[in-house]
Amino acid sequence: MPNIVAYVVRQRDHLAQRAAHQRVVSVLVRIVVLLKYVPDISSDRRFEEGRVVRDPAAGSLNELDEHAVEAALRIVESQPGGDHEVVAVTLAPATADIALRKAYQMGVHRGVRVTDDALAGSDYFGTAAALAAAVRRLDAENGAVRPVDLVITGMAALDGLGSVVPALVAEELGWAQLTLAKSVALDGDARGATLTITREVDDAHETLAAPLPAVLSVTDTANSPRYPNFKLIMAARSKAIEEWSAADLGLDPATVGLAGARTVTVEAAPSPARPEVQVVVDKGEGGKALAEFLIRNDLV
Amino acid sequence: MTIRTRPTVLVFLDSPQRTVETVRPAVLELITLGRTLGRVDVVTLGAPTVEVLATLGAYGVHLVHQAQVPTSLPESSYRLTSVLASVLATAVRRNDADVLLVPSSFAGKEAAAVAAARLGSGLVVDASSLAWTGEPGAGDPAPLRLGKRVFAGTWTTVSTVASDPAVVTVRANTVVAEPAAVATEAVVEPLPVEVEAPRVTVVERTLKERAAGRPQLEEAAIVVAGGRGTNGDFGPVDDLADALGAAVGATRDAVFEGWFDRYIGQTGVTVAPRLYIGAGISGAPHHRGGMQASQVIVSVNNDPEAPIVEQSDFAVVGDLADVLPQAAAAIREHKAARA
Repeated sequence: MPNIVAYVVRQRDHLAQRAAHQRVVSVLVRIVVLLKYVPDISSDRRFEEGRVVRDPAAGSLNELDEHAVEAALRIVESQPGGDHEVVAVTLAPATADIALRKAYQMGVHRGVRVTDDALAGSDYFGTAAALAAAVRRLDAENGAVRPVDLVITGMAALDGLGSVVPALVAEELGWAQLTLAKSVALDGDARGATLTITREVDDAHETLAAPLPAVLSVTDTANSPRYPNFKLIMAARSKAIEEWSAADLGLDPATVGLAGARTVTVEAAPSPARPEVQVVVDKGEGGKALAEFLIRNDLV
Repeated sequence: MTIRTRPTVLVFLDSPQRTVETVRPAVLELITLGRTLGRVDVVTLGAPTVEVLATLGAYGVHLVHQAQVPTSLPESSYRLTSVLASVLATAVRRNDADVLLVPSSFAGKEAAAVAAARLGSGLVVDASSLAWTGEPGAGDPAPLRLGKRVFAGTWTTVSTVASDPAVVTVRANTVVAEPAAVATEAVVEPLPVEVEAPRVTVVERTLKERAAGRPQLEEAAIVVAGGRGTNGDFGPVDDLADALGAAVGATRDAVFEGWFDRYIGQTGVTVAPRLYIGAGISGAPHHRGGMQASQVIVSVNNDPEAPIVEQSDFAVVGDLADVLPQAAAAIREHKAARA
């Protein structure tokens, strides 16, 4: 009989949890995923006039952002009801549409590209200001009847590897920041929804929690991004991409782009080539040769 | 316009505990670097021990700003980005610092970025060199020039920061830490910091266990890393690391296999040691992005065609299970003879 009791208790807990999730439905319906188009890491990456060259033939959605899209889709799929929205937003010229198409293929509902000459050359702060302004605009759409609950990003862009934009977007919005999550859980009750993450940062394991709205960044260990299915691939081809300008977002041109940048890249050059490699094929003395190389170069 | 006399450089002295019991090598490097730019003060959240103050004095630090956060703030939240950013920004304003230097780590970068946002400062992350352009004192603000290695070390960029203050996170092993020619007496000054109640709650925080006697991977001068070619046996890697006094790392693949806990790579730990030795590592772009800025690169691999061989200064083509223990034994012999 104890087994049946345990089963009943489990069922009751399960139902209570489901009920808790169902109450979330009115709270959590809209997620914005921030994406970046980056040069492929295996391509010939380079600078011209202090800026990264974004060759449309050798670029794609930042691989780490696929984890952000996946995290967003999993959250909406775990919620009851079908009226959720995941909006992908990128700050880039039209070459970046490949990145938004990829997000459409994975299953996001809307794609927005923020494009303006006045935004070119933005530093971290200009980038964060523009992205936060796009989130605010989405938040206020239709009289703010469906505010944005969550912004999700990847852990870094593989070109710049700064990893600071998520924290700056949270600061701009005045929202909680939960960054570098390796696991994500959403719980809710009538008072609102709470996002809990675990992460490993520098010297500690942490569990952090915050009420929504929040800015979340996920690492590449948080999930495995899905492969797009045929139907979504076909549908992604014809999906519209909305284009917003700096003026649409109410951005002051003096505070963004090159005009507002507080840092300027003044030089960019390929690093000098390494000296020719010395190769030793091990015929029984390879370890000794290695040790001698280290000793000779004062590395021991 | 004020004429700059001697610039003030503020260095963030971070500590995993409430009491600051040690000064990490990365912080000593920042102090050493800071001395080339101006007078160096540090800011910290904890109480430094007598030994720490002696070290700071030997490195030429003048003031130790010890943050006093509201008692209502739970200690577990001291390392949240928003709290650290308040401490850093307050310290910069309080001593009118011209440069804030923070060790590059995920937490350090976020805190530096949010502090810079609040200060209206320019920010450079992961810098590998810093210098004033022209004469300090020639103008205000004197532009700071910052070198940075990007695209997995294949390009070098130079940025200028015109804002005063400038906020910079600096990679470990950028300079060799050296005590000052003239020691100072580091004086602790309380720094009252106002902190907004954080939106984030720290539910749990546990410090990672460190392999006893080994340096931290992020800041080690020598790193030995193992990849798929170890087939899960890190014994030879550990052996060579112990002989060299090195930190041990791995590739992402090796960590995903469960063979090791920390990986070097674009999304893991970035290392730039004096010496990097990769064993059984092919050199995928992800891994190279995390180690290519190393000064000397040595590889041991069965496959002479592996991409890492071309990136190396010295490569042994052979079985790591033979090569590594033999190298470790020869190094121990050399060290014993020298001692």
